[in-house]
Amino acid sequence: MTTTEILRVEQLKKYFPVEKGFLERMLTLTRKFVRAVDGVSFSINRGEVFTLAGESGCGKTTTGKIIVRLIPPTSGKIFFHEIETTAAKHEQLRLLTRKMQIIFQDPYASLNPRMKIGDAVGHPLEIHGIAKGEEKKERVRRILERVGLTPPEQFERVYPHQLSGGQRQRIAMARSLILEPEFIVADEPVSMIDVSLRMTIIDLMLDLRKELGLTYLFITHDLAIAKYISDKIAIMYLGKIVEMGDKNEIFTHPMHPYTQALLLAIPVPNPERKRRIIELRGEVPSAINIPTGCRFRTRCPCPENQCEEKEPDLIPVSPNHSVACFSAQQR
Amino acid sequence: MTHVHETPATLLNVDGLTVEYWVRQRKIRAVDNVSFSLDKSETLGIVGESGSGKSTLALSMIRLVPYPGRIIRGKVTLEGEELLKLKNEQMRNLRGRRISYVFQDPMTSLNPVRKIGAHFVELIRTHEPKVTEKEALERGRKILENVGIQPERINDYPHQLSGGMRQRVMIALAIALNPRVVIADEPTTALDVIVQAKILDLLNALRDEYGMALILITHDLSIVLERSDRILVMYAGRVVEYAHSTDIYYAPQHPYTKGLLKSIPNVELSEQTLEAIGGSPPDMLRLPKGCAFWPRCYCATERCREEEPPLTQTGTEHFTRCFPEKKEKNK
Amino acid sequence: MLSSILPALGTLAKRGLAGWLIIIGAILVVGITVVTAISPWIVPYNPSEIPSSPNILVPPSAQHLFGTNDLGQDVFSRVLSGGGIMLQVSVISVIVCLAIGVPLGLFASYTGGVVDRVVGLVMDSMYAFPGLVLAIAIAAMIGRGAINMALSIAVVYIPSYFRVIRSQVLSIKEMTYVEAANAVGARKRTILTRYILPNVVPSIVVVATVNFADAILTAAGLTFIGLGVPVTIPDWGQDLTNGKNLLTSGAWWVITFPGIMIILLALGFTLMGEGLSEILNPRLEQ
Repeated sequence: MTTTEILRVEQLKKYFPVEKGFLERMLTLTRKFVRAVDGVSFSINRGEVFTLAGESGCGKTTTGKIIVRLIPPTSGKIFFHEIETTAAKHEQLRLLTRKMQIIFQDPYASLNPRMKIGDAVGHPLEIHGIAKGEEKKERVRRILERVGLTPPEQFERVYPHQLSGGQRQRIAMARSLILEPEFIVADEPVSMIDVSLRMTIIDLMLDLRKELGLTYLFITHDLAIAKYISDKIAIMYLGKIVEMGDKNEIFTHPMHPYTQALLLAIPVPNPERKRRIIELRGEVPSAINIPTGCRFRTRCPCPENQCEEKEPDLIPVSPNHSVACFSAQQR
Repeated sequence: MTHVHETPATLLNVDGLTVEYWVRQRKIRAVDNVSFSLDKSETLGIVGESGSGKSTLALSMIRLVPYPGRIIRGKVTLEGEELLKLKNEQMRNLRGRRISYVFQDPMTSLNPVRKIGAHFVELIRTHEPKVTEKEALERGRKILENVGIQPERINDYPHQLSGGMRQRVMIALAIALNPRVVIADEPTTALDVIVQAKILDLLNALRDEYGMALILITHDLSIVLERSDRILVMYAGRVVEYAHSTDIYYAPQHPYTKGLLKSIPNVELSEQTLEAIGGSPPDMLRLPKGCAFWPRCYCATERCREEEPPLTQTGTEHFTRCFPEKKEKNK
Repeated sequence: MLSSILPALGTLAKRGLAGWLIIIGAILVVGITVVTAISPWIVPYNPSEIPSSPNILVPPSAQHLFGTNDLGQDVFSRVLSGGGIMLQVSVISVIVCLAIGVPLGLFASYTGGVVDRVVGLVMDSMYAFPGLVLAIAIAAMIGRGAINMALSIAVVYIPSYFRVIRSQVLSIKEMTYVEAANAVGARKRTILTRYILPNVVPSIVVVATVNFADAILTAAGLTFIGLGVPVTIPDWGQDLTNGKNLLTSGAWWVITFPGIMIILLALGFTLMGEGLSEILNPRLEQ
């Protein structure tokens, strides 16, 4: 724990019960669960961009939503500025959640189609009783300008469907920023935006970090963007973090076989690059029947005996690099 | 068309293809005068963002443009045969057999109430009625093996397969009858990065093995740079640049192509400054006068605002839709 | 006010068939309403008075455009003024439905769980009854009169509103913008009123227009079997009952003209409903 730490997550778990038919529920005693998040721990320092990366179904989005309290965790603790948010209630929780905001992936679905932009962005101020009337409008205009939607008077009167995906995502950002949060979870914020416009959002996020001292939890499956924007990165697989550390460390010296395969698979915009073979077998197992021992062993190109018996912990192998793999830890 | 090369190995030739459709009493040119050619064992990457018309272009090549779109002009020649002049019956004969299509979404492209085997049987027996069901299933099993799926899975239903496997089945169906040309429309957009790499490897391997030509349609410039021989860049329904991928990478001519290259992260570079292309994607209902790209172009001249530039040759087998005198300006 | 109506009509007409449906429907409804409203000033004869020296069962002629009924009353005058009850009944029933059905639907379906189940069960059982039969049963219990007719029709129709609203709420509930509102800290009440309700309104409007049409027909039916308004007030339903008996004696005009008016009014609402449905729930454009 350091003085610059802003968020800490300890052994976070989220299990979703599998829906069963009436008869099946009566006849079988065991309940099956989708272990979406299965023991995740990490901490984020103030001003950092911390990326949770992984393929679909690894639990990164669920983790992000649990942190902003959209979904309650099954177990585990979350500490924001040393205050345990998982134990906070009502008023204290409301104040805490004001400081933590989320931007969603889909700019087309995250705005109420029947609310004018000005109303949508100003609504959080109303909800928390911070400002109303003329002062609210002033704040809305300032924040619209800040995210690059000028002139704000023109934008506050339109409806979402009149704007492009990039503009809508900026509005979503404006809406999160108007409460002056310290911490923002960005869930795949650019994956549904045209490639040529993605950097406008990324640049905006980085500018705002400098200007407002924000901290980001960036969730993505696109490792190329992750490399560009992050300070620290954690790779998730089937609900657990398998490798975590300083961005440059991870990208230059990936130690977990899954990370290595992921990095090999990223398309590189270079026609002269030689393709390398990815030696990953099979498919991702279902999150309901997670393999015993190391959950990655069914696809690992070099599993050992111990991988079937015990599950490797996430252990630091150098100051800025942790890995959850027996053979990697032994090197 | 001057820029379309033709060698003895040319399989497919598209010449001046134009597709229009009516929306709210206004005419949109989704595809505007597109020409290119495709050789044996060649991969052509067609890249574009929203409004580029690439999907409409793909569908129009096999004459499956959905109502209210219509092909109003152009020629599509497959091994000497003009596809647009064929009767519906003859065209149906060709689809799947000489030219096939892999759709974008593996989740909904297969009939959920029929087994995988049934899909193969229907495909094979439609084009070769003398083949028995047993023979068709046998061929299906072989092809599944070729695309990396265990042959027993032929008895499964689509929902029993993962997304990646379903896409492989789609590819298997597309190559089952040994077509000359395979059109893959965003074949990996819905898939994770490791599966994506494997599917793209597979497509190229099949291309080499069967000597077919492949058209890869995507918004992901990294993929086409990595995997195609030639690239067609589309914007607002028009071809803006057409060249070998190495030329696109080392000497891009059109400001849009240059902008795209500057906006995508390259995971193999340690230091990068990325920039978005300003402005918004083209509004197909209200295209500007002159060059469709000028509102977003950093070197637009008076002439660009008035006249639409024609496609001119700017290098060996390199064509750009931009006024040539500007090249000196932005060197 | 007129100056804003014409441009509005213009925009509607541009929307193609749907726009025209609304325009034609609106013309019918508004036309009939206006005629009924000004009827006291334009009727050639007093429609409720029973003339002392009656010209009974006179066929349509120059003096009596639609003929006279068995009491000697001028059918044309009765037709002009007979829409009042129908319109009142349908308006009141729609208002009651909106006031009860909409909040109930919103709250029950958003809350989910047991509440949703229980309310849904009640609604489904009401929905299972054929509308007219249920309306008759209720009207028979609470008595005659315009208000009571409106109430029984409202009760019959609330389940329809509930169903439509429920299916909408269930899908909107899952939308990201509702999730985003939760993330920003909005309370349930705010979410229902500012996020869910505005997106449900289009379907409510469509159900309401169908409700209007149905109310008219049900009111006619109720009056037909004698559960409507007293005889003295001019009412198309009343005339239907009356005219039915007179058909055998060859006096077709007593039942026909009120019948046509009922159909036109119901048609007007139905057309508006169709047009609105087309515009508010457009097919996906590419």
